Amino acid sequence: MLLSIIGNSIVIILVLVGLLFFAGGAVGILRFPDFYSRLHPAGKLDTMGVSMTMIAMAVYSLLHGFTLTALLTSLKIMLIVVFIFITSPTATHAIVDAGVRAGLAPWAKEDSGEEAP
Amino acid sequence: MNNFFLYSGIFLCLLMALSLYRALVGPTVLDRLIGVNAIGSKTTALLILIGILYERVDMFVDIALAYATLNFIAVLAASRYFQKKKGLYDERQR
Amino acid sequence: MKKDQATQRRDDSPRSSPSDDSASRSKHPIVPFILTFGISFATWLVLSGKFDLFHLALGVICCLLVAYFSADLMFYSHRPKGLSGQWFQFVKYVPWLLGQVLIANWHVMKLVFHPNMLEKIDPKIITFRSRLRNDMSLFILANSITLTPGTITVYVNTFGKYTVHVIDRKSGEGLPGEMEKRVAQILEPERYE
Repeated sequence: MLLSIIGNSIVIILVLVGLLFFAGGAVGILRFPDFYSRLHPAGKLDTMGVSMTMIAMAVYSLLHGFTLTALLTSLKIMLIVVFIFITSPTATHAIVDAGVRAGLAPWAKEDSGEEAP
Repeated sequence: MNNFFLYSGIFLCLLMALSLYRALVGPTVLDRLIGVNAIGSKTTALLILIGILYERVDMFVDIALAYATLNFIAVLAASRYFQKKKGLYDERQR
Repeated sequence: MKKDQATQRRDDSPRSSPSDDSASRSKHPIVPFILTFGISFATWLVLSGKFDLFHLALGVICCLLVAYFSADLMFYSHRPKGLSGQWFQFVKYVPWLLGQVLIANWHVMKLVFHPNMLEKIDPKIITFRSRLRNDMSLFILANSITLTPGTITVYVNTFGKYTVHVIDRKSGEGLPGEMEKRVAQILEPERYE
């Protein structure tokens, strides 16, 4: 009983933190001025949000009863987390590479305009 | 607990609508790509939430894995395609 | 696949790399083979979830084939005897990286929700030289930089020249420093002795 209460509160906290990261990612995509800086929240706050929520759900699927199916399910969820941690930087890099090759100029502040490449 | 997951899913859907704005009006093609990628990574989490709500996590986790793979490959293919095309201009300037 | 992504060069880079790869591919050391087989078989077990004889035999056959074809892709090392030490270092590196990612994520979160964010950020493209030479360690450092919020690797070449997009001054300050040192400890510790 106590274990289930502790586990449930861990799950709730992890999901809430993950949703906060997701919200940061979505708002950041809307607010930042150009597409290079939009990639910062898009690529990485989302990664953090996915991993937090996924870890929470892996814990939750173990809480219902420690069977082989539940163990395999949470292992699969952890596999998704590892997969996203490896592929998300690669996807971000692919997008930024496409932008640089197409010659999009990065946004820079007016007062430091001469420093921009 | 189920209610909590339900409201988390609804909140995720709202965030996906926010990202959809960037995918619809983004000035360049790559901005749209960023929006679509953000929606895809939120969908991966949302699929697991749906699985918990229907109590079929063992089935939905496979769908989520396939979706994550598909999202990654789609972003790679689209960015490789658009870097060959030299048509990445700021659409507001037209 | 991942290594190809990370080491994909710009158009002006030298094109001699395929011959290097094929030279190192001809030999098949046994330790990377066993490690690749173990990892892919564990993935098979997790994904299939069936433990009868037929599925296990299928898994063993498939994983043997995969390990034979791609053992040198995952464990790209010029010093096969240092492989276990490498993996121990890598396991020590991952929690440190996760801590850095958490701290930096918090920093970007504050930037995103800041009311006058346009005055706080200062996007810039900077370049620096790294002393790493191994392809795998260049790849790990590039992915770590991209994973740490505030910095995105734009491109890397084989000579260790990094081009990084940073979002504000604070993110770009500590760039080549400690992360490079820790990556070097994994794969080429002789450079930092």
